[in-house]
Amino acid sequence: MSGVFADVQALVEELGRTVVSEYASDVDEKARFPSEAFEAFKANKLLSAYVPEKFGGHGLSISELCKLCEILGAYCASTAMIYAMHQIQVACLVHHGQTSSWFQQYLRDLVEKQFLLASATTELGVGGDLRSSVCAIEKNGDSFVLNKQAPVISYALDADAILVTCRAHADAPASDQVHVLVKKEDCSFAEIAGWDTLGFRGTCSSGYELKSKGHCDQIIPAPFVDILAQTMHPVSHLTWGSLWTGLASDSVHRARQAVRHAHKRNPNAPPVSSLRLSEVDEQLFSMRSGLYREIEEYKTLLAEGNPDAFSNFGFSIRTNNVKLRCSEMLVDIVGRALMIVGIMGYKNDSPLSLGRHIRDAYGAAIMVNNDRIRGHNATMQIAMRERS
Amino acid sequence: MYSDKIKEILAQHGKLSLDVNTLTDTSNLYDAGLTSLATVNVMLAIEDTFDVEFADSMLNRKTFQSIDALVEALEELTAS
Ligand SMILES: Cc1cc2nc3c(=O)[nH]c(=O)nc-3n(C[C@H](O)[C@H](O)[C@H](O)COP(=O)(O)OP(=O)(O)OC[C@H]3O[C@@H](n4cnc5c(N)ncnc54)[C@H](O)[C@@H]3O)c2cc1C
Repeated sequence: MSGVFADVQALVEELGRTVVSEYASDVDEKARFPSEAFEAFKANKLLSAYVPEKFGGHGLSISELCKLCEILGAYCASTAMIYAMHQIQVACLVHHGQTSSWFQQYLRDLVEKQFLLASATTELGVGGDLRSSVCAIEKNGDSFVLNKQAPVISYALDADAILVTCRAHADAPASDQVHVLVKKEDCSFAEIAGWDTLGFRGTCSSGYELKSKGHCDQIIPAPFVDILAQTMHPVSHLTWGSLWTGLASDSVHRARQAVRHAHKRNPNAPPVSSLRLSEVDEQLFSMRSGLYREIEEYKTLLAEGNPDAFSNFGFSIRTNNVKLRCSEMLVDIVGRALMIVGIMGYKNDSPLSLGRHIRDAYGAAIMVNNDRIRGHNATMQIAMRERS
Repeated sequence: MYSDKIKEILAQHGKLSLDVNTLTDTSNLYDAGLTSLATVNVMLAIEDTFDVEFADSMLNRKTFQSIDALVEALEELTAS
């Protein structure tokens, strides 16, 4: 761990304990953007944590970035999810935009102005299938027009730019896609769906008919299929898995507080719930171990720099496994923690409440449906031969 | 010599949106509509036809990108 990262980590812990945690309930209750937390992140330049130092960012590694998501996930999963989703988009620019002078300048501006980036991949008619688009970019000389029916765009109205997937031209097949950055000031949003959900309420993920325009320099200079394989797919699952692990660890933490309390009341006989606590901690251990292993594998692949390695079936399956296992273990862990804490966890107004945790937990498997992902794995499994 | 046989396999298992005969050896098969399920079926057919086994490390987009890429993979497998 670099000295710089130790400072960043301590700072994020501190912000988590204070501003993030302080507003978590209000953000959840009102389904509103966690503006206090993001003002603090911006003031501390945390939105450019993954931007290389040569552009003025912190230049954190993927494992360091994931650690920040994990820390935030323990205090407010919505705040952590927004932070993660923003960093996924930043990673797309960092990994695939640097050959363009426009994106080099954009990264410098992002550091200076702490732009918040949102994402519009999901589309009416194709759902969470990232590899298909209905809408197409319409180029006219150097400029373009891009309109998309996007049923879910998290924090669209609080973002400074949105990265949109679309077909590369009017005649392109659904899978021939590009990834385009559109600036907030060049967009109009007509709401087509609201966001009154069970969990992840603070992500404010309403749906919009998005109309935008821009300069053709704003198209990331790489086919989207490569951006997805090398960056968006792994970074999404690893940062999401990290914040879910943070959420799970806070649930276990609350369970531990309840067990300790029970133990103090009757110090001569450990409470039955202490056994359950040990058990749920084993689950958390497994969740975190699988995640960390994949973060390390991805970090190694990034260092090796062989672009073909990212589309390898084995790596894709393992990345998907992180999403599948972490999202399902999360529900299991929070549920077990609730059984341990009991009535004080079931109450919304108790300090050990797990209400928000359990509602957020159920969102993980929905967010790109697990069965869709498992379906991809099922196909690739048939081709795999070696023992893993 | 491999390429004719591979074309046959692609015609049978590739479920491409284009006629295989309109493809050149370097045409991008994904652009021609090759899906991941079709990729696996093409791979299994190549294994059966040529009595080879694809190593897991070869299972990536590049290997199935074009007829040329498949020929190259096959040459590698039959050489060993
Ligand atoms: C908190 C949250 C934030 C989000 N933020 C954004 C955002 O910022 N931008 C954005 O673009 N999107 C966002 N999304 C949307 C998300 O990316 C998915 O598009 C959405 O969850 C729908 O997923 P889906 O299409 O995979 O499944 P659904 O449409 O929910 O799936 C419905 C059913 O169809 C099945 N199914 C669908 N396809 C297949 C398949 N191929 N194989 C097997 N089964 C299948 C599923 O198993 C399921 O039973 C967000 C979602 C959530 C929950």
